[in-house]
Amino acid sequence: MSTDEVQRVGEVVEASTTDFVAQCYELYQTPPLGSLVKTMDLTVELYGIVYNATTTSIEPGRRPIARGRDEASDDEIYRSNPQLLKLLRSEFSALVVGHRQGDILYRYLPPKPARIHSFVYLCSTEEVKEFSQSFDFLNMLINTHLPVSTDELVAACLRKMSQAYEDRHAFLVAAGKEQAILLGGEFNQLKSILGRIRQ
Amino acid sequence: MNQENIQRLGIVVSGSLNKGVEVRLDSSASVEDMVVGRYVTIEGQKRRFFGMITDVSLGVIDQKLTLTPPDVSNPFIAEVIAGTATYGTLHILPMLTISGDVASLIEGPQPVKTVPSHFSTVNLASDRDIELVFGKEDKERFWIGNPLDMETKLCLSMEKLVERSSGVFGKSGTGKTFFTRQLLIGTLQKGKAANLIFDMNSEYGWESTSEQGRNVKALKQLFPSRVAVFTLDEESSRRRRVSTDFVVRIGYDEIEPEDMVLLRQTLNLTEPAVEAVYQIYRRFGRNWLQEASELKDPDQIKELLKELGIHESTYQNLQRGLATIRRLPFLLPHSPDNAVSCVLDYLDRGINVVLEFGRYKDVASYVLVANLLTRRIYAQYQKRTEKAMAEDTVKPQPLVITIEEAHKFLNPEVASQTIFGTIAREMRKYNVTLLVIDQRPSGIDEEVMSQIGTKIAFLLDNERDIDSVLAGVSGKGELKSVLAKLASKQQALIFGHAVPMPVAFQPREYGSAESYKHFIPSAETEIEKQAEKDIEELWG
Repeated sequence: MSTDEVQRVGEVVEASTTDFVAQCYELYQTPPLGSLVKTMDLTVELYGIVYNATTTSIEPGRRPIARGRDEASDDEIYRSNPQLLKLLRSEFSALVVGHRQGDILYRYLPPKPARIHSFVYLCSTEEVKEFSQSFDFLNMLINTHLPVSTDELVAACLRKMSQAYEDRHAFLVAAGKEQAILLGGEFNQLKSILGRIRQ
Repeated sequence: MNQENIQRLGIVVSGSLNKGVEVRLDSSASVEDMVVGRYVTIEGQKRRFFGMITDVSLGVIDQKLTLTPPDVSNPFIAEVIAGTATYGTLHILPMLTISGDVASLIEGPQPVKTVPSHFSTVNLASDRDIELVFGKEDKERFWIGNPLDMETKLCLSMEKLVERSSGVFGKSGTGKTFFTRQLLIGTLQKGKAANLIFDMNSEYGWESTSEQGRNVKALKQLFPSRVAVFTLDEESSRRRRVSTDFVVRIGYDEIEPEDMVLLRQTLNLTEPAVEAVYQIYRRFGRNWLQEASELKDPDQIKELLKELGIHESTYQNLQRGLATIRRLPFLLPHSPDNAVSCVLDYLDRGINVVLEFGRYKDVASYVLVANLLTRRIYAQYQKRTEKAMAEDTVKPQPLVITIEEAHKFLNPEVASQTIFGTIAREMRKYNVTLLVIDQRPSGIDEEVMSQIGTKIAFLLDNERDIDSVLAGVSGKGELKSVLAKLASKQQALIFGHAVPMPVAFQPREYGSAESYKHFIPSAETEIEKQAEKDIEELWG
């Protein structure tokens, strides 16, 4: 698949076995929470699910200061201070949920983490469909400790994936059933996820 | 096998041979569609199992669900948790197996000796499975109805049925008579046995009325050339426009002391009075009843009593009983013709005999006549069978004697004395079996009940009746729940000798013009039969 067809959303700036952080080329252009993204590591294609996004100053010690006292709108601030776009950066973190080696898609961790400066792309509808053929990745989402609530992340991810399907309802029911089994003893968690994905 | 017809229900999750297996329902199968008594197949690794649903229950994966139920008003949540967090379980009693090898394919289904392995798939039995187990409608098998909630024909081998005694039990109004009529038609249609029917309520010979007030045809109307109607009450038969073949009259000299034993309770005779009958019989021989009633002279009586050692009060008691018998209009001092030989004559010609009692529905007449005729007919059969065995010739055609209100002949007090008790126990040895119809099976002697081969039970709700019908059947507890849940009408459970496994079924329709067509063999098959017979006669 040529890279032109899929949207490039950033570049890896930090990587570990379980997740990677990518910086966006444009400020605030982070992919939505729960989207499926991918990055390349020579022969291996890594799939991740966006679980967090931040916008911070490029220098860790320098916090932005309030500048809008005399401005009519917040957009005006950016127009009057064009340097701001260069002093701030948007980043997003993705949890690695699978990889592709050759033609085969594996829904478990790759042998090696992503390489720094690898490009990160938003997956196309077809790729999302292919990846969500099996719900094995849900287990990884549920069992990882993340700064974001797992319930929120799982729900956002399923809502996002369901958009790739014509019959969203059927997809969500199937996903819901999978979780009902995974969360057998955690009925309250199940209830909270189901409450967030119901239409 | 046609894949589309298979409806998957779930998988086996636990179980034992004694108690049956637990099956977890798939989310696609609704627990509300599962009915007790339905028939399923389990695909084990090496063999297939056939079983019956005996219980349906609900389960939850987490007990919290029962305390704080989810919002099922939302269809999405309801759909998700159905079959996952909440699920249905079936309790299935495996009854038959068929293993994959050729030998067992030929032998057919065998009783189970093991259970299917974990997670074996459970499917709803298809028409083909039912056919495999119960057989197709053919020369030998008669279509008796459909398994509950299925369209398949449930067939019964008539030959097997008449091999042993059978019983039809159920509360009043559950459809015993209608079903018995069908069974009799079955034996007639397949020509496997001759029937002698003691028709207490005049329902089997000529038409009667259904509960809906519809006139229902009976045997003589459907098979005019193969059924003869005998009557005790000519007047009643004539009033109902029944064409009778024979009017039964019984001579005093045909009554033997054994007949009196059975009537002891009905006639309120004391034990010594029954003993006295034997003594009088020894003294006067066959004409004892006539002689005893003609004794009028007190001196003569006194002398006789002294001679026989009978007490005066015993004699009074006996005379009162005999007076009741003598009042029965079909009893004559001397009968012009012999009813027993006439019945036998008809049966020999392959004609089935229905004996109508007309107005004489009282217990005394029924018990007296049924016992009297059966005893003599049975003796004849016994003689013939023994002769056939000695000479190595063909045994007489099996005879099925149908009795209603069977507990009157087979209750524990008289079962050992009546001929019916003997037939039920000795059974097929002499090719005579019983078809008993009763609404209080608990009133029948246990020993006799245990010898009844095939039992057909309609709804019974008395605990003792259910227990007595199911006595000695494996999986009794499970069958009990099936039996108790039968509809109050036209649903029955059949189990025992003639069927490979118990099955709950709905008897086929009887009473409409359309239904009769199926019961009467078409002209073509009649011709075929005639041709076969002719060939047989020609070549000997």
